[in-house]
Amino acid sequence: MQERLEEILKTYQEDEGNIISILQDIEESFGYLPEDAIEWFSERLDVPPAKFFGIATFYAQFHLKPRGENIITTCCGTACHVKGSERLISSLMRELQIPTGEDTTEDRKFTVERVNCVGACSIAPVVIINKEVYGKMTADRLMKEIRRLK
Amino acid sequence: MLTLTIDGRQIEVKEGSTVLQAAREHEIYIPTLCDDPRLEPYGGCRLCLVQIEGVPRPVTACTTPVSEGMKVETTNEYIEGLRRTVVELILSDHPNDCMVCEKAGDCTLQELAYFYGLRENRFRGERRQYAKRDANPFIERDMEKCILCGKCVRVCEEVQGVSAIEIAYRGFNAKVCPPFEKDLDCEFCGQCVSVCPTGALMGKLSLGKGRQKDIKKVDTVCPYCGCGCNLTLHVARNEVIRVSSSPETLNEGWLCVKGRFGFKFISSPERLNTPLIRKNGRFEEVSWQEALDHVAERLGGIRDRYGPDAIAGLSSARCTNEENYLFQKFFRAAVGTNNVDHCARY
Amino acid sequence: MENSTILIKVCMGTGGIAAGGTEVISAFEKELQAEGISAAVEKHCSVHKVGCRGFCARDVLVDVLIDGEKTTYEYIKPDMVSRIVKEHILQGEAVQEWVVKDDYRTFHEKQRKVVLSDCGEVDPEDIGSYMERGGYDALRKVLTSMTPEETIEVIKSSGLRGRGGAGFPTGLKWEFARRAPGDTKYLICNADEGDPGAFMDRSIIEGNPHSVIEGMVIGAFSMGAHRGYVYIRAEYPLAVERLRLALEQARKKGLLGEHIAGTEFSFDIKIKLGAGAFVCGEETALIASIEGKRGMPRAKPPFPAQKGLWGKPTVINNVETLANIPYIVRNGAGWFAQFGTERSKGTKVFALTGKIKNSGLIEVPLGIRLHEIVHDIGGGIEGDRKLKAVQTGGPSGGCIPAEMIEIPVDYESLAEAGSIVGSGGMVVMDETDCMVNIAKYFLEFTQAESCGKCVPCRIGTKRLLEILTRITDGRGRPGDIELLESLSNDVRAASLCGLGQTAPNPVLSTLRYFKAEYEAHVHEKRCPAGVCKNLLTYTILEEFCTGCTMCARVCPANAIVGERKTPHRIIQDICIKCGACFETCKFKAIKKG
Repeated sequence: MQERLEEILKTYQEDEGNIISILQDIEESFGYLPEDAIEWFSERLDVPPAKFFGIATFYAQFHLKPRGENIITTCCGTACHVKGSERLISSLMRELQIPTGEDTTEDRKFTVERVNCVGACSIAPVVIINKEVYGKMTADRLMKEIRRLK
Repeated sequence: MLTLTIDGRQIEVKEGSTVLQAAREHEIYIPTLCDDPRLEPYGGCRLCLVQIEGVPRPVTACTTPVSEGMKVETTNEYIEGLRRTVVELILSDHPNDCMVCEKAGDCTLQELAYFYGLRENRFRGERRQYAKRDANPFIERDMEKCILCGKCVRVCEEVQGVSAIEIAYRGFNAKVCPPFEKDLDCEFCGQCVSVCPTGALMGKLSLGKGRQKDIKKVDTVCPYCGCGCNLTLHVARNEVIRVSSSPETLNEGWLCVKGRFGFKFISSPERLNTPLIRKNGRFEEVSWQEALDHVAERLGGIRDRYGPDAIAGLSSARCTNEENYLFQKFFRAAVGTNNVDHCARY
Repeated sequence: MENSTILIKVCMGTGGIAAGGTEVISAFEKELQAEGISAAVEKHCSVHKVGCRGFCARDVLVDVLIDGEKTTYEYIKPDMVSRIVKEHILQGEAVQEWVVKDDYRTFHEKQRKVVLSDCGEVDPEDIGSYMERGGYDALRKVLTSMTPEETIEVIKSSGLRGRGGAGFPTGLKWEFARRAPGDTKYLICNADEGDPGAFMDRSIIEGNPHSVIEGMVIGAFSMGAHRGYVYIRAEYPLAVERLRLALEQARKKGLLGEHIAGTEFSFDIKIKLGAGAFVCGEETALIASIEGKRGMPRAKPPFPAQKGLWGKPTVINNVETLANIPYIVRNGAGWFAQFGTERSKGTKVFALTGKIKNSGLIEVPLGIRLHEIVHDIGGGIEGDRKLKAVQTGGPSGGCIPAEMIEIPVDYESLAEAGSIVGSGGMVVMDETDCMVNIAKYFLEFTQAESCGKCVPCRIGTKRLLEILTRITDGRGRPGDIELLESLSNDVRAASLCGLGQTAPNPVLSTLRYFKAEYEAHVHEKRCPAGVCKNLLTYTILEEFCTGCTMCARVCPANAIVGERKTPHRIIQDICIKCGACFETCKFKAIKKG
């Protein structure tokens, strides 16, 4: 981990206002923001860890807990909402048995997340499975994809 | 200087002042929760909303700079209605346990609720509930009472330069907390406690020691170092239960951990009341006369036998300048050595 | 077809790729190679989608150009490519059954393309194809023959207003920043397109990123900035990628960086990725975010044009606004001002979605009647149901009811009707949409996106949402509607930034036009549109049920019982009211109400 952190630090050393970029790189590298990584950066940059924590919890993109191997992102934009994205989410939660208030399965195989709008409204409802965009999603097709990943 | 009109009164203020500063200088009351003249304006509580002629929507007095000929209205039915809603909203997400709250009687929120006569709440709904209490030794943090005015965060960053806390999360879930919501681990200067307008941040040492009305306030000067910060001791039943400092003092009301929280020794049973001299390997209480005689005799003896440079004096930062002046004078003139130093050199 | 120039353009936007655009391209490449034909297969982003019923889910839009003659195919799959190559390219006979139909023509007829004129025509990954169509001519013209003041004058007289929401005159904004003292100034392109239901900024960057870059350089020259940022959502990976590529190409051509186009003027652009906070679309919050802080807004004044990024004069323009600039400079202010109305000049891109036949991105002159958008361009309501309302401006906007369908779509008229043009989201709703539920949906959104700095937005939107939730849950109390209205007005007046100030708009506008629907929920515990779950029951009509068991099979809660070939029954206590049975039943045997 140390090595990767050094690399990230090198990229941003000269750039002002880089905390967000640094956090984005940590998230990209580790899938979440490990506490150790934040403390390491806080020490190296002499920025109080509270600042990092404040920023990390403000933006939806950052996660403080490890996430699932497969990330299923459901778009909840207006068009997707009107076309039934909520139903897709509830069927996902049932199929994967994710308890209310949580977003990841116990075995950390799946994480279900909502995103405001991916800007693909004409193919609503949209679901992104591991970065691949699926338009005009139906509960049936979604379940098939999920079972394939299982 | 600029001339403007506030509530029909023509007033003159310095250029660069805010509307709030202008109003305060002329003793025109505008309610606030997030403002502190010593900190950067924030504009979060929205209580200082005022109307300015020619500006379509109400603006916050704390962030709006004055301009020549500006016409400000600080109170009318519409403005008071908005303020009332704001206070009512805050109270809808507040424990409202004033009866047992330490802050009662000294709480800005309580005063505002009283002023607007808010017995009922139209907006009753979900309230933030936090189970965890912070186990640090000095500061009681009850975040359910926090109104997110951000003063503690600003004082920690702007004045103290520490940033031990920050607003985390967002929206309704926003919460002032140390990194990773761990227990507070900082200098414990307690500046955050001193600026908190509600009972969210309180000194742990004072909890349950006495209500506001029972307190006698005694102004004094901090004995811990030579800075001479002004203190106000809060005394209940002949015991110092809290220390505060007024923003109007030389130190602008700012204190350090020692001045603010280091008062327990005053009524400690272990505190020395008379001088002690070790006799036959045990400390015995003696009179001041005997103690001073003893010191004079021994210092004189050492000087005569080994010379004055065998003696050195080390003074304390807790002494005043005058005391330290006398101390070095004593060593140079009476003892005859230049071996004088001071703890603050280390 | 010997000695012909053949060009095949395949839609490769986010939608096109999702629909299999990549596969279609490789199928063409393979097929053409097999036949020994030399043709250029260009990636191009066609944002002019039509007939989205199944369009992207099934296939891709493809242009075949033979000696400049264009034929457009819709719904193309990789296995259809071989026939197109054989019949059309080799024998010159277009495959008529796959060619776009009449609705494609009507979709485009009433549109006026300015910003989108090159989208779908140029290859977004090749600067050359933009330059062939006149790209960067405006930049050269400005840099070599105009003063900053003259440029600002052109933009001012064109009447261009900010396309991001508030509609502030762009030229005036530049002028303020130009006049602000100091040498260091910044220009920021706001591509943090957060309104759910709006995707024009994404499409413009994916389809023609150079128009935005060119607009930025012209803007920077006018205001005197040497450093610029594009603040773009990380949720738009394709747009980010194309923008990055475009910036590199522009730098290589000397159109960005030091001494642009050989002049004394230098300006460079950096990309900053947003990290997922809607409030960062607000100017001061966006600045805080670029500075690496929590994206919390601050009070204005001082305005960013005086004190912005790092305390320096800063202009923030939205993507669509900037993309207009090259065309205005190229064709003149007068040309641009001929479109639109007295106070709303030019064209505006809208994302037409919802219950509409032809959904997609459209560009229309401001002042066009809403009726023309819905019925002529949009082709009417899906399933030929009745239009109920059109929601414009996303979570900051409001609903225009069907009775007001003749309203001109411009800044003033929409504001008067209690909505806004905003960033250009346009969601069409029919009689099966519940307006209370829509208001609740938007409040859910804004409430979750509130930064928490000011009380009215932090707690006020929460309370508004709670009231709306209990109304849609059938727990509404007498007085709730009045409370909703009065709290909405207070939140609107007392909030710190645009997010809180506009968050109550969806509530206020639905209350204004659809009060009866609220009353039905509160007083009669009834949802007239049949949307609000708790106010609904699903029952099986015995006389229509054939006992096909389809409903029982799709029921996720196993709430439907019955023997094969005999009428089924729903156990109400177990039913979760998901509506799956209702949608599956082929015999209309399930009643909702």
